[in-house]
Amino acid sequence: MEVKLRILRYNPETDSKPHYEVYAIEAEENDQILDLLNRVKWYQDGTLSYRRSCAHGVCGSDAVRINGVNRLACKVLVKDVGRKVTVEPLLGLRVIKDLIVDMEPFFDHYKSVIPYFVNDEPAPARERLQSPEERARFDDTTKCILCAACTTSCPSFWASGEYVGPAAVVQAHRFIYDSRDRAGAERLELLNDRVGVWRCHDIYNCTNACPREIEVTKAVGEVKLAIATGRIE
Amino acid sequence: MQHQFEVVIVGGGGAGLMAALTASKGASTAVLSKLYPVRSHTGAAQGGVGAALGSEEEDRPEWHTYDTVKGSDYLGDQDAIEFMCAQAVETVYELEHIGLPFNRTAEGRIAQRPFGGHTNNETGKPVRRAAYAADRTGHMILQTLYQQCIKQKVNFFDEFQVLDLLISKGAACGVIAVELATGELHTFHAKAVIFATGGWGRVWEITSNAHSYTGDGVAVTLRRGIPAEDMEFFQFHPTGIYRMGILITEGVRGEGGVLVNNDGERFMERYAPTAKDLASRDVISRAMYLEMRDGRGINGKRYLYLDVRPDTVNKYARSDGRTWPDGSPYQISGADIMSKLPDIIDFCRTYMGVDPVTQPMPVQPTAHYAMGGIPTTMYGEVVIDDKNTLMPGLFAAGETACVSVHGANRLGTNSLLDIIVFGKHSGLRAAEYANQSTYLPLPAEPEGFVREQLEALRNADGSELAVDLRKEMQDIMFADVGVFRTEEGMSAALEKVKELKQRFRNVRAKDPSRIFNTDILEAWELGCLLDLAHVTARSALERKESRGAHARDDYPERDDVNWLKHSLAYLDDKGVSLKYKPVTMTRFEPKKRVY
Repeated sequence: MEVKLRILRYNPETDSKPHYEVYAIEAEENDQILDLLNRVKWYQDGTLSYRRSCAHGVCGSDAVRINGVNRLACKVLVKDVGRKVTVEPLLGLRVIKDLIVDMEPFFDHYKSVIPYFVNDEPAPARERLQSPEERARFDDTTKCILCAACTTSCPSFWASGEYVGPAAVVQAHRFIYDSRDRAGAERLELLNDRVGVWRCHDIYNCTNACPREIEVTKAVGEVKLAIATGRIE
Repeated sequence: MQHQFEVVIVGGGGAGLMAALTASKGASTAVLSKLYPVRSHTGAAQGGVGAALGSEEEDRPEWHTYDTVKGSDYLGDQDAIEFMCAQAVETVYELEHIGLPFNRTAEGRIAQRPFGGHTNNETGKPVRRAAYAADRTGHMILQTLYQQCIKQKVNFFDEFQVLDLLISKGAACGVIAVELATGELHTFHAKAVIFATGGWGRVWEITSNAHSYTGDGVAVTLRRGIPAEDMEFFQFHPTGIYRMGILITEGVRGEGGVLVNNDGERFMERYAPTAKDLASRDVISRAMYLEMRDGRGINGKRYLYLDVRPDTVNKYARSDGRTWPDGSPYQISGADIMSKLPDIIDFCRTYMGVDPVTQPMPVQPTAHYAMGGIPTTMYGEVVIDDKNTLMPGLFAAGETACVSVHGANRLGTNSLLDIIVFGKHSGLRAAEYANQSTYLPLPAEPEGFVREQLEALRNADGSELAVDLRKEMQDIMFADVGVFRTEEGMSAALEKVKELKQRFRNVRAKDPSRIFNTDILEAWELGCLLDLAHVTARSALERKESRGAHARDDYPERDDVNWLKHSLAYLDDKGVSLKYKPVTMTRFEPKKRVY
């Protein structure tokens, strides 16, 4: 079948503003949208620029807006979206070229929440023990691949790029609820900031956008509750 | 622009980040990665990391060593294998100590699952040796190492693609990289350079590997006169999603899944009576090839079923007499599958519309892992000839390196082990080396060779498309330098690749811009793939025996008298030339390999 692929293009070296271009592409219904982008780039227009790597939804490179919602281009198939497909860069981050956005502000927010394991107690010769139940407590938020689909779907983030955004909260959650970690209180204090979790208004765009099916809004809610009650449960 | 760091690491996957953690404690260190490090292909590894922790049942590093030697079809260097398997235990505990969220046993220890080729050496039965985090162990390793690099304030140059290695007075002294965001070339002046650029599965049509797995590190070093070792050995993983190649972890079979042909037969019982579906990957991929060749693919097509439905698993677990560690019969439910293999279920639903809990998965062998690569010692030092001469200042680790611990066939879980053990030790050794040395002068016009390559791509006549050449290479390499090989096929592939390299001169980058010119870089990567295909086909053609992943119809047996040796391939304008060096043997005499 033929698919009409409408792509928001922008080349900073020649364009004053972004514009749409439409490409007619032969496709099968099980093709990924990433396959279509590749076909445009390889056969029709080598200047089309986007990020991609693993092509099966685990590296997080190709988060874009497909028909208005944030998705990984390699996890959406033609049969999911039909014959008219619009692909645009993520919102809320500066567009560098075509579908490539500036990820630095996103990673800066990530780095601001102590996104690493902290425990200065002497480690045992073998592993620190953790029960399967304790491990399960933070399982969901370990799945995050930092693709930015959640943060760039969030109206609060669109309103102000100062907000750390749901992805950073998810990362903090992964450690706050890890029974072995010791910096939970410090992270909660950071997230209690004016640019922290209180910017979240339970809109659920993040949960809907997550390609890893993480319950993002729930995780943010648990962090809010922990701040409010002073208890990590 | 010019930068100076004592240690420059090329690649931000598991090996590169592990090296960064150790090197940066002793020397100024930078990591250059063509992707954001968390996008690296380590994150796609699923099933587990091998270590004889003995969390679930008795296990010993010596058993792990023997299994790896046997798995390598005796081509692995036994001193290095023993080192890796001994280091495995403490290194996996180190990962736990820095936060890696492994699954847990009821006692709170790191959970372990069985994997192909890993056995209790006394009973010959599969042993639970793969420490895992659901079916995203690689993701958790990559995330944990990146997090710790952030904590340790490692210097990252993200989206900097390395295009050349600088050599001065016979020693490595830096690299040239292009900054994707600006197109600017940067010179990194270094005392030590570590290549950790991963594999090159994109040489083949069906692959589990990322688009960015184009073997840049090996291509760059080949062009600077450094050989590539054992390139004829490339692993085809038995279970890739039909036509797409996406990996379905061996952990599926570890949890009790079985391979089934069109007659509904669990055919591995015929090929590997003891280990069955948990035999080595080369053994299973060959069995699948033969089943499909003889018309027992599903509906006569080129795929088979991988069946992990609870009824199937429980039926065969009963007939195999499989038990839990406490001796009770092994039985699982759909919920167990869901909790232990969530990503696999997601892949199958997303890409095939198949639910593995109720339907079998269509699978075929998929190009997966390079056993060969840049020759190194067990400390990551790069070896440049058959006398084990080192190139000062040059190191390599992970899939891009050939230590060699995987020999002719890698066991599942040993790739994640390889990156953490050899990443760690190459980082330590590189920092140590840097502390004892001074910066060598850079060569004149350090960017010259890179500019020449990029100019050629900008100025070619454009009569060939990169995509066409890539596809022709991938098709012939999959058909003729794949799971089964013939003299005729390998010769044809070699001639074809040479022809493609000629035609590559007519490939022109269509994008003239500087900012994020992924067009010219994809074309440059195709040049890397062609060089690797060339070296692979030639190394394969010359090896006149069958061993591990290298199986040919005219020499169907392993030949230890003539071929118990590593190949070293050199590439220059005239083509590929080969040398050989002996395998290091310590405790294990080669025996016939039976599973």
